[in-house]
Amino acid sequence: MNYADLFRATLPETALEVGALVVLVVDLGFLRKSALNLRVAVAALLGVAGCTAALWMLPFQGMGFVYPGTGEMLLASGGSSAVAQIGILLLTVLTLLLLADATFTQHVGEYVAVVLMAAAGGLLIAAAQDLLVIFVGLELLSLGLYILTAFAKRSGKSAEAAIKYYLFGGMSAAFLLFGFSYLYGIAGSTNLYRILLAVDGPQGAQAAPLLYVALVMIAAGLGFKVAAVPFHLWAPDTYEGAPAPAAAFIASVSKVASFALLILIGTAALQVFEAIHVMAKYEPQAHIPAAHGFWGFSVSWSLILVVLALASMVLGNLAALAQTSVRRLLAYSAIAHAGYMLLGLAYFSNASRSAAAILYYVLTYGLTTIGAFGVVGAVEKAAGSDRLDAFLGLHKRNPLLAAVLLVLFLSLAGIPPLVGFWAKFNLFAAVLHASPTGMALGLVILAVGMSAVSLYYYLQVLKRAWVMPAVDETPIAVHPVTMAVLLLVSAGVVLLGCFPALLQGWIAGFYPGM
Amino acid sequence: MNGLPVLTLLTVLPVVGAAIALVAGKHARSVALITTLGGLVLSLVIWTQLPIDGSIGLVERAAWAPSLGIEYHLGVDALGALMLVLSAIVTLLSVDAADHVHRQPNLYFGLVLLLEAGLFGSFTALNFFHWFLFWELSLIPAFFLIKLWGGAKRGPAATQFFVYTMAGSVALLLAFLAVFLSTGNMDFIQLSAMASSGQLEQMVTAHLGPVMMWLAIGVLAGFAVKVPLAPFHTWLPAAYSEAPSPVTMLLTGAMSKMGVYGLLRIAVPLFGHQIAQMRTPLLALAVLTVVMGAWTAAAQKDLKRVFAYSSVNHLGYCLLGIFALAVPAAGAAEQTSQAAALNGVILQMFNHGVTAAALFWFVAMIQERTGGERGINDFGGLRKPAPVFAGMMGIVLFSSLGLPGLNGFVGEFLIFRGVFPLAWVAAAVSILGLLVTAAVILTVIQKVFAGPVPERWASFPDMYGKERLAMAPVIGLMLLLGLVPQLIVDSVNPTVVNLLAHWRF
Amino acid sequence: MLAWTIYLSFAGALAQALLPKDKPSISRWLALAVALAGLALAVAGFAAGIPNHFARVTIIDAPWVPSMGIHYLLAADGISLVLVLLTGLAAVAGVLFSWNIELRTNEFFAFYLALIGGVYGVFLSFDLFLLFVFYEIAIVPKYFLIAIWGSTRREYGAMKLALYSFVGSAMVLVGLLAAYATSGSHSTGLVSLAHAGLPVSFQMWCFPLVFTGFAILAGMWPFHTWAPTGHVAAPTAASMLLAGVVMKLGAYGCLRVAISLFPHGMDPWGFSLLGVGSWRDVFAVLAVIGIVYGALVALAQTDFKFVIGYSSVSHMGFVLLGLMTLNQIGMTGAVLQMFSHGVIAGLLFAIVGRIVYERTHTRQLAELETMHLSKRLPFAAWAFVIAGMASMGLPGFSGFVAELQVLVGSWIAKPGWTIAAGVGIVVGVAYTWRALQKAFFSDAPPSAHMHEHAHELAAITVPEIAGVMLLVAATLIVGLYPRILLEAIEPAVKTLLAGGGQ
Repeated sequence: MNYADLFRATLPETALEVGALVVLVVDLGFLRKSALNLRVAVAALLGVAGCTAALWMLPFQGMGFVYPGTGEMLLASGGSSAVAQIGILLLTVLTLLLLADATFTQHVGEYVAVVLMAAAGGLLIAAAQDLLVIFVGLELLSLGLYILTAFAKRSGKSAEAAIKYYLFGGMSAAFLLFGFSYLYGIAGSTNLYRILLAVDGPQGAQAAPLLYVALVMIAAGLGFKVAAVPFHLWAPDTYEGAPAPAAAFIASVSKVASFALLILIGTAALQVFEAIHVMAKYEPQAHIPAAHGFWGFSVSWSLILVVLALASMVLGNLAALAQTSVRRLLAYSAIAHAGYMLLGLAYFSNASRSAAAILYYVLTYGLTTIGAFGVVGAVEKAAGSDRLDAFLGLHKRNPLLAAVLLVLFLSLAGIPPLVGFWAKFNLFAAVLHASPTGMALGLVILAVGMSAVSLYYYLQVLKRAWVMPAVDETPIAVHPVTMAVLLLVSAGVVLLGCFPALLQGWIAGFYPGM
Repeated sequence: MNGLPVLTLLTVLPVVGAAIALVAGKHARSVALITTLGGLVLSLVIWTQLPIDGSIGLVERAAWAPSLGIEYHLGVDALGALMLVLSAIVTLLSVDAADHVHRQPNLYFGLVLLLEAGLFGSFTALNFFHWFLFWELSLIPAFFLIKLWGGAKRGPAATQFFVYTMAGSVALLLAFLAVFLSTGNMDFIQLSAMASSGQLEQMVTAHLGPVMMWLAIGVLAGFAVKVPLAPFHTWLPAAYSEAPSPVTMLLTGAMSKMGVYGLLRIAVPLFGHQIAQMRTPLLALAVLTVVMGAWTAAAQKDLKRVFAYSSVNHLGYCLLGIFALAVPAAGAAEQTSQAAALNGVILQMFNHGVTAAALFWFVAMIQERTGGERGINDFGGLRKPAPVFAGMMGIVLFSSLGLPGLNGFVGEFLIFRGVFPLAWVAAAVSILGLLVTAAVILTVIQKVFAGPVPERWASFPDMYGKERLAMAPVIGLMLLLGLVPQLIVDSVNPTVVNLLAHWRF
Repeated sequence: MLAWTIYLSFAGALAQALLPKDKPSISRWLALAVALAGLALAVAGFAAGIPNHFARVTIIDAPWVPSMGIHYLLAADGISLVLVLLTGLAAVAGVLFSWNIELRTNEFFAFYLALIGGVYGVFLSFDLFLLFVFYEIAIVPKYFLIAIWGSTRREYGAMKLALYSFVGSAMVLVGLLAAYATSGSHSTGLVSLAHAGLPVSFQMWCFPLVFTGFAILAGMWPFHTWAPTGHVAAPTAASMLLAGVVMKLGAYGCLRVAISLFPHGMDPWGFSLLGVGSWRDVFAVLAVIGIVYGALVALAQTDFKFVIGYSSVSHMGFVLLGLMTLNQIGMTGAVLQMFSHGVIAGLLFAIVGRIVYERTHTRQLAELETMHLSKRLPFAAWAFVIAGMASMGLPGFSGFVAELQVLVGSWIAKPGWTIAAGVGIVVGVAYTWRALQKAFFSDAPPSAHMHEHAHELAAITVPEIAGVMLLVAATLIVGLYPRILLEAIEPAVKTLLAGGGQ
């Protein structure tokens, strides 16, 4: 076993872990007596430095890591993984910067350290090729998230949310592990590709009922991570209870990591599926059930994803209509957005095209949602609540903040020329490119229709911010760094929307064939 | 004159005048006087420039909206030119009579001038769209003149006037739409040529089925409302009596002629055959108009209503003449009769215009002097305090009665001269109308001018110098045309011959 | 050059957003300057189209998303030019009639100019994706214009309008995505999609979807209900733009996208139900129903602005009917009617919403009846007389030529439609007439209520006069000399009908 290879393959993760340790040391060791402002600034900057270092090290991690014992790949870099990892790191930087005027905790050092470690988990997931690595990465990320949720120790809501999140999370991890164990049982390997080959081969056909159980279990585990209906119950409470920067992290970075994982699975499944069909064509005598009507992995997985996507789009959007808390509203809208992306995954074909579309979506969604939580945090701080009515007359209290809110929410609703529109267009175009008729078309119609519905609840917030008169007209002060982050995010949302080719070209650059 | 678009100038003149009047404040009447005088001069010039052979002259053409067959196509023959002169005279008289408009005079005279533009435009247009534009243009100012300056019941009267005329317009429009859809053409001259060769009916029938009769009815309805023909006349008494008298002068003197003109220029040339087929019922309606108009006039107590119904009666003769001459395959004798009738109709149009305008002017003067009273029984013996007034109005009344030597006689005589050989029953019954009218007029003369003078009218002012000056030329014209009708007939006759040659019944 | 209409408007919007809040006059003059510049560019662009007989001219064609074949493609043919001209007119008039906005003036004009920019963009886009982007850009500011500066039930009206618009645009988006995918995901250019040979069965379902999506914004019955409430709720300038321009976006989309990309969607089904045998028949029947229904409902309204609101539904029915004639004269009429109704409806809304309502503070015809406005506001009364005559379709105004062409076209296509639409015209005369009588020329005695309003009504202002003059001149010029626009529209319609979409 070559530990140097492993070290090289995990350089970015290592950089993050080191960063976490440095933050802890500096904060706990040197700055214990300092003012909170300073500690926050130092911790956040160190965190940003850690992320920057990780970013810088990304190109050095090579092609990935092969476990010498079995010759199987544990980690693979490049392609979707690289895009996702860069996205995770950049979004983490933004969420760290939102910490600037945080007052919810005295323990900023620990907070930043946990963020960095969770981000490391995210990086691992994004590159994982092995069930065990996936599980480890997921747990690393999840544990971090549980802690982040609970970080506002003086808030009962925060604690309640964290407990709920933790219990649901633990349960779903158990399901996931259970599903993984079946897969291992069927395939005798923890490597994704081997499992898929086995599942689509004779072993899979023999163990068909077991396979379906496993897939449902895994769907439950991963569905929990992306907050897909019916595994979404934690999301509204967590989004509502977690401190704003933590919520932003959960809504963005963890989403990116989870979808990166789903893309990996989808890509692998597609490659195996295609390979098997090629094989079936040239070696008809080899009995390959997946080529002869057996659902195998791809078809069953797609079906499950369709169900999840459908349920998430419909329920997320409809439930959001009834919310009076903006955070819960964002949570349900996150569920809906997850539904759109799951639709993209369900009709996953021409791997790089679909993968690029979904990555584009999740990255820009993460960006936008960080901004949204930034605004919510700022308003909450002034108004003491995240009720819809807290946004009354925002245009008068802080026009710039109101303008940012306008841009971000319209982007979430999918209004051109903002990036949210392009993301949806791109995603749905990819779905239809895979299958322009029948059920896919129906689902796209539903998705587009649902995004028209979503406009209603986004407008409910914007209406209060822009249209209705203010009850309390005192101006809202926003920390300059927070404001800068928000403006940066809005500028990104506008520019990427006007020039979609920028980000798309950049993502395409990671796929040699595109 | 050659090349100068004199007809366009004539139409534009009142529009410009209207614009100036609108901003001229209390000088609006002077502006209107100058404009209408100018219009009269110009229309007389046009009268002298007509082609000798009675065909259409002074033609102006320009492309307008070819896809809809819309063309800027102007031209007049003696019929059109005579109507121009009549419109100019009547508008001038109306403006002259309206010296008591105190409320928004600028708007009032602006509208009057716009109405004149509408008249000029519709008497010169030779394309349906163009014609229709001015036909409607005249309607709108008339409505507002009644609506804003009328008597106590002006609201309903104006609405009734508008709704009736508009309904007629819609019928016209639909009929022409159908013609256009079948032929792709809206030009009166070309359509008339197509009609006389039978091509029009073929094309319409080919496109739309056997609807030619319906189209004829639609077009006739449009004009029948305007003239009016019984039973489409019910808007008229209310409108005439509620409108301020100078406006009534315009309505009866000029606007009612638009209807007759339309029949001659559009309905008969295009739908002559259908009119000939419907000749009997149409004649019956014309006779009804004549007789009913006269009888109803006899029953009225209000001078204005008396004259309103007698207008219906007088225009009934025009309709009688037109419908009577719709005889298919006329022989030589019949052709002479047709020519006589048509000559009569055209003369009657002009004469009735001048006479009726003058009559209503006298009503205006009476109202001015009495502060609004105009009941036929309110007066008596006015010739004592106001001899000149009585004399001049008497002449006009006799002209209206159709006394030989005055202008009213010639037209009616020619009509009856033509109609008797062509439709003797109708003519005979219509004579009844003549008699009743005479009785009505004489009653008016008797009740107003003869007998004892009531106390309160003992100092009824006679005509002022200004009024005498203004009325003298009118009376002169009546006498002149009564004595020397050739002045008009000589010019009109070639046009009559020309028209009859092109009509096919 | 024409592209600058878009950029200028957006730049104006941005500048307005950055202007100080407490300097409304700067905002007004800036808005007027931007709108005038837009109009000047539109006129210049139109004039520049004359020498080459309004052939399609590409303004700019740059790859936008190369990987998906999306181009930033602006071009103009005769139809675009006419509608750009209309937008310019409506924009200027709208600014003039918003001169009295005091609340958040700079924001108002920012949204206003953003809307205008979007509208210009739609009319000039020849890439479907780009067109859709501009189309949506135009929708959002509408919501805020109505919700913030509107009147009666403004939040309801604004939300209803926004949701209807978005449902419509969702349908369009589905059609756009499907057409893009079905044609092989190469390009979203209108021309290339039209030549992509989309299968007939695909066009059969995509045509009604996209047509309906756009027609919602054009106020097609039974999806018209946003229009009256939206118009009534909107501030004057916004209702002018709504009726004047935004509804035209819908109709334009029907023409430029639905009809030209999916011509076979209008093929007969092969069977017929109650005489309706194709999507074309369906939409024509809906258009006719809209004409008659809008007119009848307008006849029954008690609120002055609702009368005009429903009249818009009726008049837009003519546009849709004209489009469904699929012949030269009918479609030419439809485009001309877009222009004509844009101007006339703008004028009507300006008179009702700005000139009358801002002074009387009521739009109830029953109350206006007692105010004798023809004497107290003669300018308003006469402006409405002219606008009303134009709206009735009297000859000499633009509406006559347009509606006549539509009727002729529909007669050629199916005479039954014409007859029904003719009924709508007659009712149109009636409701305009009724409104005119009641609002301005009534003789009703002054009521007790009247005394509350007995104060002197504010004098007519210069911007109001200028705005009325501008719009009246436009409808008169086009009415008296329709060739000025027809020469632009006809060749464009001809190429469109000749197939190949554009």
